[in-house]
Amino acid sequence: MKLAYWMHAGPAHIGTLRVASSFRNVHAIMHAPLGDDYFNVMRSTSERERDFTPVTASVVDRHVLARGSQEKVINNISRKDEEQCPDLIVSTPTCTSSILQEDLQNFVDRTSLSSKSDVILADVNYHRVNELQAADRTLEQIVRHYLDRARKQGTLDRSVTDTPSANIIGISTLGFHNQHDCRELKRSLRDLGIPVNQIIPEGGSLKDLKNLPRAWFNIVPYREVGLMTAIFLEKEYGMPYVSVTPMGILDTAEFISQMEKLVNAWASVLSEEKVNYISYIKNQTKFVSQAAWFSKSIDCQNLSGKEVVIFGDATHAASITKILVREMGIRVSCSGTYCKHDTEWFNEQVQGLCDEIIITEDHTEVGDTIACIEPSAIFGTQMERHIGKRIDIPCGVISSPVHIQNFPPGHRPFLGYEGTNQIADLVYNSFNLGMEDHSPDVFGGHDTKEVSTKSLSTDRDLNWTPEAGLELNKIPGFVRGRIKRNTEIFAKQNDITKITVDVMYAAKEKLST
Amino acid sequence: MKTLEIPTFECETGNHHTFCPISRVAWLYQKIEDSFFSVVGTKTCGYFLQNAPGVTILAEPRYATAESEEGDISAQLNDQKELRKICFQIKKDRNPSVIIWIGTRTTEIIKMDLEGIAPKLERQLGVPIIVARANGLDYAFTQGEDTVLAAMTHRCPEYDCYAMSQERRDAIDNVEEMNAAPAGSDRSNPKGRKLNNQTLVLFGSLPSGVASQSNSESKRQSIHVSGWLPSQRYAELPALGEGVYVCGVNPFLSRTATTLMRRRKCQLIGAPFPIGPDGTRAWIEKICSVFNVKPDGLEQRENQIWDNLRDYLRIVIGKSIFFMGDNLLEISLARFLIRCGMIVYEVGIPYMDKRYQAAELLLLQQTCEEMETPMPRIVEKPDNYSQVQRMHELKPNLAITGMAHANPLEARGIDTKWSVEFTFAQIHGSANARDVLELVTRPLRRNNDSILDWGSLSRQTLEI
Repeated sequence: MKLAYWMHAGPAHIGTLRVASSFRNVHAIMHAPLGDDYFNVMRSTSERERDFTPVTASVVDRHVLARGSQEKVINNISRKDEEQCPDLIVSTPTCTSSILQEDLQNFVDRTSLSSKSDVILADVNYHRVNELQAADRTLEQIVRHYLDRARKQGTLDRSVTDTPSANIIGISTLGFHNQHDCRELKRSLRDLGIPVNQIIPEGGSLKDLKNLPRAWFNIVPYREVGLMTAIFLEKEYGMPYVSVTPMGILDTAEFISQMEKLVNAWASVLSEEKVNYISYIKNQTKFVSQAAWFSKSIDCQNLSGKEVVIFGDATHAASITKILVREMGIRVSCSGTYCKHDTEWFNEQVQGLCDEIIITEDHTEVGDTIACIEPSAIFGTQMERHIGKRIDIPCGVISSPVHIQNFPPGHRPFLGYEGTNQIADLVYNSFNLGMEDHSPDVFGGHDTKEVSTKSLSTDRDLNWTPEAGLELNKIPGFVRGRIKRNTEIFAKQNDITKITVDVMYAAKEKLST
Repeated sequence: MKTLEIPTFECETGNHHTFCPISRVAWLYQKIEDSFFSVVGTKTCGYFLQNAPGVTILAEPRYATAESEEGDISAQLNDQKELRKICFQIKKDRNPSVIIWIGTRTTEIIKMDLEGIAPKLERQLGVPIIVARANGLDYAFTQGEDTVLAAMTHRCPEYDCYAMSQERRDAIDNVEEMNAAPAGSDRSNPKGRKLNNQTLVLFGSLPSGVASQSNSESKRQSIHVSGWLPSQRYAELPALGEGVYVCGVNPFLSRTATTLMRRRKCQLIGAPFPIGPDGTRAWIEKICSVFNVKPDGLEQRENQIWDNLRDYLRIVIGKSIFFMGDNLLEISLARFLIRCGMIVYEVGIPYMDKRYQAAELLLLQQTCEEMETPMPRIVEKPDNYSQVQRMHELKPNLAITGMAHANPLEARGIDTKWSVEFTFAQIHGSANARDVLELVTRPLRRNNDSILDWGSLSRQTLEI
């Protein structure tokens, strides 16, 4: 047992649900007690999703504890099959089902005989993997399931497309800026004359999965979700993949030149013309992206040598570390990730770029490190943003876990050339705000709220009793001023000079808006 | 208590969305200032707590998850040793006056003997440990508070008749002193009137402001509230015992009511709940009738409140509403809104205690008769999928629903109000009737008809 206040990565079933509900027309049924379907709340609020989240719970209650699920899971699956006719129903185990050790596989086997939908059991061990690993696994499982079946049925089309094409693997719901990144990737590929064959899981259709191998190669923009699928496709279907994250100018260039290699490899086989992307990279870097110019400008000069701490998932923390050090000349005092399962890769990536590497799932350890270093800015998750708030250090959010504010309606990619612009903004604004905060302090502050009062509060003929004063202090800060003013207006109108608790309530009844 | 026969009562499959009862700790830890809540569960519980209460988790909360690992589940680790380690850590870091263990589905399934371990650890630790089994196997959302309060009932000091009457004399003196000052309360509480000689304890956690409003409402009728369960601090829990009258302020506290009656021999006043001016009046009237006090000026006061609500009533009259049901406040809210002139199609509710809510149900029935509207159908353990189908047919003006359905329903042209807001907004007592209507009318006041003319904002087709 361990005492936990906060976790960076969620439990396994969240990962499975993220993948399942990203695909089109896939329904997930969780074997879980009442209240465990909060994934629906997260998706509906954070992503501002318009459609009902295709996740239902087969509720585990006392009866299930006593007698086992028996027909319950089966009935729930068949019912969903009839009501919504999904292409696939993913039976999702939770911590509860893993402890109950019910034979979910048996339920799945039984229902798949009668239902029109396909039914599979997500193969994730609750105690061994976290949200990200589970998402990675589930995606691979679904892809494998449909490719194996297509192969058996002989419907697999193994011919590659005429022109170079790519699959984008790992874009999913509730992923950090995933929608924007996806759009940006598609734009870059279009610029380069590489059509997108398929994007999975987001918006992907299961019927199309059998065409995945027709692409020339795969792109895995994030390490956390999609890598297993890419490795599977390489092993079984000989499809190469690019796993460099195109974040920042240098890595985007690296990403494009790796694609160039892969395209040319196929081109020579198909005796087509070779491509050369160097001029594209140059033009984009110099003139489309503002990031290179920003690094050279005097704005960025002011940032050089400033200390920062970076923390997030492996992909984002590593990429941002590289950008700040190599592209902006900022000193990264500490870089870290909560993706313990990817420690080796992360170390390799940031080795030599930062003073210290921290790999932990304990947010207090991160907090202590930040407090100890006292950097000029933090780049982290929402948790680090709050740590920063507490000790007055600005923070730019670069990775999940995030809040609704990190699902902006506007176009805010982190990947590709437009992404470099966004990151430059984010970095510069974080520092700039910090400076702004400090300089007024140097001059004793320019806050004048002590002097000017436009409220009635300065009226001395009104008298608050100590009880009423106490009561007033219980009112949340952001409405307290208004309540005080309303009460005083009310008191004046009614010729009351002594404000008691009763007067406050009377005023509330009369005046509250 | 007699139960009421409701002709429109149904029970569905229970496939509905609600919060897990452990979410109530996020509220209770703020109410009981010197407490620490430790949820004994898995990552699933922790992640829920971190996501549902939102930002509060980041403000150094006095709650945390004691996260079970594989070794705990397979009993390779000793529960008592593990819990001991955790409790000592909590004591060292936060030094609370009480630690509350929230049992979850995990502790239920692996049959961890929390009730057995707690007294042993309590002795070693020197800090009281209360066990509340608030799990999703048995309960929904606000019922979490019910289990905590029921457990806390056992820790209240024993009611001592003599000591209490002394205390009450002091209280009466205080009240009289205070009455001398303000002009407002002089009228409603004439100086000569002595406070009634009964002991009344109210149960249900309300924000302290609302609690003192309720205190002063009953003080107007010369009834002194001698304590609240829960109190602001653990050390201030009210005395309970034979001769103490108790009355609930929330509809989801049936276990607490039962425990108070059976285990602490208190007398329960079964009243409608003080939500809305009608509910508040009926609540006070019921308490008065038990204490043989003739209520004073209540009708006038209620009318005055209704008068103040006119601007909001204009918006809601004739509008229809559909409660999907997730927090057990539904019956009381429906009753208030029918009185406001709304038409209620359906009241979904996770669990319906017909005995504890008897007076509220009766008031609902009376309200329907007086307002000449049919009794809404009450659906226990609703099935969300069927409810959405019904909503497509009924096309209510407003759906009171959880966050999981709010945005999808909005996209389909049905205005919604997030039900959870009712559980943490101030909705009790006459003074807060406005706040309830403020919440209910918010979606109705938004003027976005021009956008809705474009039709549904969802691409998903509707299958009815």
